Order: sequence, then structure tokens, then C-alpha cells
Amino acid sequence: MATDQPAIPLDTLTQSTRGTSAATVAAPDSAPKRRVRPADIGWYVALSLLSLIVLFPIYMLILRALSNPLAYVAQGQPLYPVDVEWDVFIKAFTEADLGRAMGLSLLVTTIIVAVQLLTAVLAAYAFAFLDFPGKTAVFILVIGTLLLPIEVTLIGNLETIRGLGWLNSLQGLTVPFLATAFGIFLIRQGFAAVPRDLLDASQLDGYGHGRFLFRVAIPVTKPIIGSFVVIAFLGGWNQYVWPRFATDQSGWQTVQVALRSIGSDRVDRLNIGFAAAILAALPLLALLIFFQRQMIRGLTAGAVKGCRCSLCSSSSNGR
Amino acid sequence: MALAFLAPAVLIFAVFSYYPLYRLFWYATHRQPRFRNKEATWVGFGQLWDTLTSRDFTSGLLHSFQFMVYTVPLGLILGVLLAVAAHRRLAGIKIFQTIFSSTVATSVAVASVVFFTLVNPEVGYFKDVSWLSLSNPQSAMFAVALTTVWQNLGLTFIIVLAALQAVPDEMNEAATLDGFSATKRFFRITVPLISPALLFLAVVLVVSALQAYAQIEFLTGGGPGDATETLLYKIADPKGVRGLDVRSGLSIGLFALTAIVAAVQYSLLSKRVHYGD
Repeated sequence: MATDQPAIPLDTLTQSTRGTSAATVAAPDSAPKRRVRPADIGWYVALSLLSLIVLFPIYMLILRALSNPLAYVAQGQPLYPVDVEWDVFIKAFTEADLGRAMGLSLLVTTIIVAVQLLTAVLAAYAFAFLDFPGKTAVFILVIGTLLLPIEVTLIGNLETIRGLGWLNSLQGLTVPFLATAFGIFLIRQGFAAVPRDLLDASQLDGYGHGRFLFRVAIPVTKPIIGSFVVIAFLGGWNQYVWPRFATDQSGWQTVQVALRSIGSDRVDRLNIGFAAAILAALPLLALLIFFQRQMIRGLTAGAVKGCRCSLCSSSSNGR
Repeated sequence: MALAFLAPAVLIFAVFSYYPLYRLFWYATHRQPRFRNKEATWVGFGQLWDTLTSRDFTSGLLHSFQFMVYTVPLGLILGVLLAVAAHRRLAGIKIFQTIFSSTVATSVAVASVVFFTLVNPEVGYFKDVSWLSLSNPQSAMFAVALTTVWQNLGLTFIIVLAALQAVPDEMNEAATLDGFSATKRFFRITVPLISPALLFLAVVLVVSALQAYAQIEFLTGGGPGDATETLLYKIADPKGVRGLDVRSGLSIGLFALTAIVAAVQYSLLSKRVHYGD
């Protein structure tokens, strides 16, 4: 991975999406509105068919959550809901303990995101604005962690956590993730866009590094920091393997791990598990709707231009 | 000064990235005592070698490759298909773009529950569809892999669409004037220009195949037999059938694979892939 690339021109991507309301990475809509042409009908048909394929699995989940499980099977598994039970979403909280699981997930994710941001901003600042002996060595050490995702280090880390007595604890769920190479590189690239003359000028004015960081570097990098926060939240909320093995008491299950009981549930209770899965996805759906621009910028960081290291790939979707 | 800025991150990396790597080598080269109160004994790298040539490793590796073969090409093709379809000026196109990116909001656990409703042998909607059957080794792996393909659709779509939007319109217009057909334009101009994004996605999908776990635990529990036990599944070992020494040795194998993927990606990036500039 190249370390001396100029800042990613993420802004180009931002600009194209800015001002579009519900847009994803939208096509430029500077073009005047056109009438629908006959040839477009074919595209609408194709796009609708593709949408049906993408959405069908989600439709089935909603359908199965709403239907009484036994009645649904007795009806021969139709494509419409059977004996709709709306209170299934309440039962997910009262019977499946979803409230506790979601609360824990929210707490764990918030801690991870907040501290990751802190450690990443500090480290990125050092790489972008400070000269010190061993800079290259430290940089290589950070890059090296890309080859050590939690799946690789799982066994070793579990023994560490066990030794510390951190199984089934907030520390156990969060501390291994409090630093991220992805965040460091992303934010460093943002900082790289800040002219170094600005640092020199601010130092002439008597600013220290701390004030420069908070008054200049962070404000200028806000869009990238925003993207990082959204992506880090996505990754933290979606984590499965680590919380699955760092806990063995149901009271310490995060919401993703709690969904696991679906496989062992009685058939007449399956709808509660399906409803829980829908509820578990809602926070991310909100994230996708309200922070779409940040999410897309974060997900495409490195893909279209700029850093394309496997770190960006493995960290950006937290599995 | 720099020390204070770097210390927090470096400390976490040292304890939770590098120290565990050392532990993996330690466990892989020591024989574990039967009882926890006895000391482990050094037996050397022969034990690691035995693990990496054992059936545990080869079959886990085979299943992980199988998973890759099912997820990577299909995921790329579907992502490109969706992105090409949605990359046009059309009233309401944003609705379709939002739909296509929607699976970004699903975690691997949620996606696994979603596919549980489709392929579970007792209550799944497609339980009688033979090529998605969880009771046959081949189709079970395919069904599990399809979960991943679907879950990654949103991500692949978003990335390919962003890449398509970065292709300058003038290029396609010039080619059209030169008499290039739509197919020719796609393969001669679009594909080369978006190839960095495609390589990035290929790596994302390969890595996500190496890291697949929840979909297997939710849908098949590794079965039938060990047909869907990937390398990571054998490392995580939810049924607790392997010792620390074996699981650590397998982890070192996974580490080596991760390093190989990174090396291949790096060498492709520095040569073959076309840069848009």
C-alpha cells in the first residue's frame, strides 16, 4: 500500500452527492428533467426485477416475523402473511431480552467508536505533522496490524482476555478494538490535505500542537472524521466472532450474538427471533438513511481512488 | 511529543495484535498438558508442521476456497450488473439506488437469519429446492455462500457505482462517435477504468470469505459432516473438539493466507491495474 499518496480526492465524491436528497452516489442531476422515453420503460422493468430479487429475502424475513409460525407452515408457506401477530415485536423485548442485548451493543459500540476516534486522531496527527525518529518503523507496525484481523488473533486474544479475567465483561468486549489502522490511515489522509505552512504559521502565532489539532486540523477534516465515525459504528454494531467467543453468559450477549439462539428455538417461537433480527437491523437502517453521504464516502474510501489496502477492505464491513 | 500521540494506539496494537501472534506460535509449538495445573512443554515447529499438513487444515482450506469460488465471482458480477443498471439518468433512479444499497444495513448475523427463512431444512421457503439444500455437502456450501453474496450486494453496488460515476462521460461519447458498440465500450473503456475498484472489491470479497463464520454457525453448524467447516470455523471450534495447539496452528495458516492475499493485491496494484488518471 502506498503511503505517500496525496490526500484522496474524496471531495469529488462528496460534491457529486451533496444537495441530492435521498441519493446514494447519485448521478449528476444538473441535467434538466427529461420526459420518460419509451426506451426507458425497458430499464424500469429491468430495475424493478432486480429490486425484487434484492428485496425478496428481506420481504421473507418480515413476512415470517409477522406470521404465526405454526399457522404459516400449516398454510403451506405462502407468499403472504398468515395470522398476523403484531405483538411479536414487543415479545422480542419481553421474551427474548432484546432490550438488554441492544443496550449492551449500543454501549460497546459507542465506547469502541469514541476511543477509536481518539486514538486514531492522535496517531494520525503524529504521522501527518510530526517528525520523529522511527516514524517509518511505527508506520510499518501499524500497517502490519492489517494482516492481524481479529479472526487471526482470536485464539491468542481469548487466552489473554481469560488470563485477565475479562471474559463476560465490558473491557473484554471493547479493549481489543480501541485502536484501528483503518481509522489512522483514513484520518491521516485527511490531515495530509492541511498545508504544513498552516502549522508553521500557527506555531509562529504561539499555538501548540494541541490547539492546532483542535482549532485547525480537526475542523478541516470533519467530513472524513464523520465518515470514519459512521463506518466504525457499522463495524462495531455488526461484530460477531469476537463477542460470540469473549462471552459465555447470556447476560453478556450483544444483539448480534443473541440472534444466534434462532437455530435452537422451538418452531412455534421462531417469529420472535425473526422480529429480533429486524429490530437489530433498524439502527443501521437509520444510519444508512440519515448519514448516507458519510457512509458512502467511508465505504468507497480507497476503492475508487487512494488507499486500497486490505485493511480498508477488512475493516469497512466489520465481519 | 510524538510518543504521547502514538502511545495509545501502539499499546493496543502491541497487546491485542502482536502479542496474540506470539501466543499463536507459542501454543502451536508447545504440547498442552492434560490438566491446567501442569506446565506446557516445548515440542518444536514439527507440531506446527503437523497441524498445517493435517486433514483439519487441508479440509478447512478446501472449504474456504470453495466458499471463495462461490462468493467472489458471483458477488462481482451481480455488483457490476446492479451498478450498470442503476447508472443512468432516469426519473426515480435514486429509489432503485437506495434499494440496491440497502443490504449494507444488514450485519452478517441478520443476513444469516434472513437466509434461515429461505434455506432452513424445516421451515425455509426454498427447503425443497435441491441446489440450496443444506443436507447435501455441495449445495449446503452454496446456500451458505449465497448469504454472503446477498449481504455484500449493497457494498459491491455502492463501490462499482461510485467507480462508474468517476468515468468521464467524454470518453464514452468519443468512443460512440468512433463507432464503438455499447458492448465494446463497456469492455474496452468502462471495465479497464473501473478495474481498480473491481480489484479492491475482489480483495474485500476474498477477505470476507476467509472471515466467514456466523452464516455457517446459523445455517449449518458446519455440516453436513464437516462440509461447511471453513478454516475459521475449525479455528473458532464452537463444539470444542480441538486443542489450543491445533487451533493456534490453524490460525497461523489463516494468517499466512491473509498475508498472501495482501501480497497479491499489492503486486497487482503496482503493475497491472489501470489507473484512471
